Amino acid sequence: METMMSVLVGVLVTVGTYLVLSRSLIRVILGTAIYSHAANLLILVMGGLKGGAAPLLGEEATSYTDALPQALILTAIVISFGVTAFFLVLAYRTYRELGTDDLDQLRGMNDDK
Amino acid sequence: MNNLVILPMILPVVIGVFLVFFQRFVQVQRWISLLSLIASTGVSAYILYHVQHEGIMRLDFGGWAPPFGISFVADSFSALLVVTTCLTSIFSLVYAFSSIGEDREKMYVYPLIQLLIAGVNGSFLTADMFNLFVCFEIMLLASYALITLGGTKQQLREAIKYVLINVVASSLFLFAIAYLYGTVGTLNFAHLSLRIAETGQTPLLTTIGILFLIVFSLKAGLLLYIWLPGSYSAPPTAIAALFGALLTKVGIYALFRTFTLLFYHEPTITHTLIGIMAAITMIGGSIGAVAYNDIQKIVAYNVVISVGFILTGLAVFTPAGIEGSIYYLVHDIVAKALLFLLAGTIFTLTATNRLERISGLIRNYPLFGWLFFITMISLAGIPPLSGFIGKVLVAQGAIENQSYVLLAIALISSLFVLYSLLRVFRNCFWGETIISEESAVPLKAGMLIPCVLLTAISFGLGLGVEGISAYVSDAAHTLMNPDVYIEAVLSEGS
Repeated sequence: METMMSVLVGVLVTVGTYLVLSRSLIRVILGTAIYSHAANLLILVMGGLKGGAAPLLGEEATSYTDALPQALILTAIVISFGVTAFFLVLAYRTYRELGTDDLDQLRGMNDDK
Repeated sequence: MNNLVILPMILPVVIGVFLVFFQRFVQVQRWISLLSLIASTGVSAYILYHVQHEGIMRLDFGGWAPPFGISFVADSFSALLVVTTCLTSIFSLVYAFSSIGEDREKMYVYPLIQLLIAGVNGSFLTADMFNLFVCFEIMLLASYALITLGGTKQQLREAIKYVLINVVASSLFLFAIAYLYGTVGTLNFAHLSLRIAETGQTPLLTTIGILFLIVFSLKAGLLLYIWLPGSYSAPPTAIAALFGALLTKVGIYALFRTFTLLFYHEPTITHTLIGIMAAITMIGGSIGAVAYNDIQKIVAYNVVISVGFILTGLAVFTPAGIEGSIYYLVHDIVAKALLFLLAGTIFTLTATNRLERISGLIRNYPLFGWLFFITMISLAGIPPLSGFIGKVLVAQGAIENQSYVLLAIALISSLFVLYSLLRVFRNCFWGETIISEESAVPLKAGMLIPCVLLTAISFGLGLGVEGISAYVSDAAHTLMNPDVYIEAVLSEGS
């Protein structure tokens, strides 16, 4: 199970990297979103995927799944949610102001002015 | 008593949230944020004093003993950096009063500055890997908002790159945390250190260490500094000064913590790698600093050089080297804030950043000119000023470790710092004046006073080295002997 999930994380990182390196700004943002999915999945996998009840004491099972990675992921999801929302608005604003979403045209270093 | 440790972080957070409600009342915002920072400085100075006399302070949140709960730990290294951070940001804030403009003041610039400082202080004080990630994000989110605030074209363009690089770095940080948790099974610094020491640093752990090196290098601008010069020249002066003084220093702090407390068993791999990266950083920064005719760019590349220099001390990994790095780190927070403020003031006076268009400023602004001169020789490390002792100790560490190539690069990079700033000084302050006697605008006191006071602090740090030497050597002692830290954190009761 862990092996399969690790391969999936690998695929997600590949896709994310490919998108982040593209020219269109919206594809870059989608790439970062996929990155954060990969990161969250990896935390879950590295916490171990052994069987066990959901971490609720009411379940009264003999073993539970690890609760810590779940708490970490929950925090990471919220943070990446906030950052992605900001990033999308920033991209929208940039598109409105500068009239392009092509990263090559956003280069200008102001050295020649 | 130990509850004090949280104050440098919680005070700015609370004040930041409080200030949101006073959006329209600029004066209220100014005074409250200034008072908050002064109070933070006072508290952190007391923490530093207390740590020196009573040992490392620790606060377990909710009464859960480490490694199960999250703790804040203040050792001399953290406390020293927190004091310097709060003290320096006071002057950037005062500079912002007279320079940032009412539009930005009404768009939450002061709450965001408070949150930025809360994130920085939290990163310095936390003793948990994931909590470090969260504090990084607090700081970064505030900095995203601050870099875009105002929404000029240049700011938007640079903000996209800055946000992208930091989002990717944060994902990498999460990957590294996942691997670390999967391998060692804990996230508390002291407990991590203990477990890594027990199992010995296996190749797997060294690899994870290198992943952390990449993450923190992206934050600190060590070798991976390509994003830095553009981002730091985009925001308004007071914000750029905060960025230049604080943001890279948090990455540097994380590198020091990680590679002295956790991954210190294989220095031939990790610390050699840091040494190579530091050398390339200094070379690249030096080339950048002399290549440009744009004052903002020159100043930003000076940040890069100093990052490389500070990490040289970590790379040689001797007590003298670490101690030198700490002196230089403290000096650099003050001096970089000052340099950014001065560069921004030149822009305010002349409305251009191009060296060839400015000359003869010293005829109209003599005090300002000499302030720039003092800053320049302080950054280059001329004896009576604050940069000297750090450079000497780092050089001593490099000699002890027989890393002569690194030593040579570090010392030559100092020459490049001096040359690049001397070029600015010679071009902008000497020669025929471009501003005639009549049309000269007097420099606003609100801009000049923070610069004068920061210069005074730089002098104080240089002349009063003995005053802080006890703290610095204690900090270096804790960094070189992880047992001191582990014992303080994992001992029963507090």
